[in-house]
Amino acid sequence: MEAYFASLSFLKLLKNMPGGVAQGLIWGLMALGIYISFRLLDVADLTVDGSFTTGGACAAMLILAGWPAWAALLVALVVGCAAGLVTGLLHTKLGIPAILSGILTQYALYSINLHIMGMSANKALNPDKNHLLLTSRYIPQAILIGAAIVFVVIALMYWYFGTEQGSALRATGNNPALARALGISIDNMKVLGLALSNGIVALAGGLMAQYQGFADINMGRGAIVIGLAAVIIGEVIGRALLGKHLNFFGALSFVAIGGVLYTLVMVIVLWLKLDSNDLKLFTAIIVAIFLAVPYFRDKAKTSFHKSARREVPHA
Amino acid sequence: MLDIQHLYKTFNPGTINEKKALIDLSLHLNPCDFVTVIGGNGAGKSTLLNAVAGVWPVDQGRILLDGKNVTPLPEHKRAVYIGRVFQDPILGTAPNMQIEENLALALRRGQHRGLRWGVTKKEREEYRERLKILGLGLEDRMTVKVGLLSGGQRQALTLLMASLKKPKLLLLDEHTAALDPVTAAKVLELSDRIIAENGLTALMITHNMTDAIRHGNRLIMMDEGRIILDIEGEEKRKLTKRDLMERFAAVAGYTLENDQTLLTKD
Repeated sequence: MEAYFASLSFLKLLKNMPGGVAQGLIWGLMALGIYISFRLLDVADLTVDGSFTTGGACAAMLILAGWPAWAALLVALVVGCAAGLVTGLLHTKLGIPAILSGILTQYALYSINLHIMGMSANKALNPDKNHLLLTSRYIPQAILIGAAIVFVVIALMYWYFGTEQGSALRATGNNPALARALGISIDNMKVLGLALSNGIVALAGGLMAQYQGFADINMGRGAIVIGLAAVIIGEVIGRALLGKHLNFFGALSFVAIGGVLYTLVMVIVLWLKLDSNDLKLFTAIIVAIFLAVPYFRDKAKTSFHKSARREVPHA
Repeated sequence: MLDIQHLYKTFNPGTINEKKALIDLSLHLNPCDFVTVIGGNGAGKSTLLNAVAGVWPVDQGRILLDGKNVTPLPEHKRAVYIGRVFQDPILGTAPNMQIEENLALALRRGQHRGLRWGVTKKEREEYRERLKILGLGLEDRMTVKVGLLSGGQRQALTLLMASLKKPKLLLLDEHTAALDPVTAAKVLELSDRIIAENGLTALMITHNMTDAIRHGNRLIMMDEGRIILDIEGEEKRKLTKRDLMERFAAVAGYTLENDQTLLTKD
């Protein structure tokens, strides 16, 4: 035990923190995309595991082909939108349940992603040869650029979901019966929302490929869980800190912060020398706990068990 | 205004649960008609309203609104003509959105929704004035989420939403059934006022005979997918509950023991 604690260097933890922030911002960006489907549309969209990789693959291949990084990211975003569009159409036009539609698209994307990467499972980017927007080699710069992109996306989302169309999209997720009665095509809104969501996820994938210096066929595995973790951690902490004063801009900001916090927790867990193979198990447990928080908060107020223990009045 | 011609609708055709919900139903509403619809469970009242709203396609027949054939239009495309208030207060509003956001959604009923701001400053003033009329103090809580309002407040808000952009037809589907009697009376009075002030044409379903008699200028009674009574004008004004029960017995061929068997009492 003593030997274990002696082997932990606090300095090393501090050294790893900035990298965690940079990576966390990218996960936070992805979580903003997931927020659109999960919170605003009320759909658990599993496409993201595939579209995150698609974004990384597109960005990596275009950068390797000599495209400027920003243009490659733009293409990644558009292709991500297309992936979301497919899920949306499977759901609305073919009547396949949303969760299954996402799984189908994600499954198909595995092959498509391999095709994009020229049938290779891994494509390396070299910060010396390729011009990258951000890389883990220059972490302060990566944090700045990551934060700037996150800020721009939050601002755009804040604007869009305040417009007539964005409001209609929120109404669709909130009360589809009302949306229809007010002349909103909920099918169109779902397709649109899923496309936007996956566009942002793919953008994050494109950034992650640059940051880590490679695109990998498995880089998106579990992205939905990480995204949900970020959304939920952000919400719980945002509500705890700001309570009623948490407006939409704040809510979005806390989703991104949730991504950073999640990654920092992972940095700490790795620093504690937990086997990295157990990370997914650990993440799943964190997400399950945070998903259960609102449920238990309600339960704390009222439960069969409690009502049974209370004394009968006037008895 | 509304012209329904020979409407048929059968649910679960060809199965053991087959239900002929509307049978050769025709109905014509003049502009500014306020028609109350009464009948027992399964008489086809809600089916009639849903057919008009376009919740599903009808089997046969035609529905014309202000001369336009809306039969082939799905629900969201008919919305431009129709304002609706549901029985369940939860259905009529978006609970996670603010009062003013809900009103703004309703103001754009049936319109193209683009990238302009969802709620403008100018319309906010209008909402404030309209909300004042409700007398519920909602005008000072416009940024409150609707989920925090009571059922009665939500139903009043839904009424306002349904009439904000003047509909050609207002459909009220037992919109007071889920409220306590005092609140129900208030919401009914508000419905009267909104219909009268805006000169709306309205169809209102109710389970309550007294309400059906007291409100509107015309009353129709449904039984087994058909309209069996249609009373309007002076005759409707003089109508009593006893008349209604007797006439029901004469037409339907069976008696209502009392209004509690098929219709809830007032």
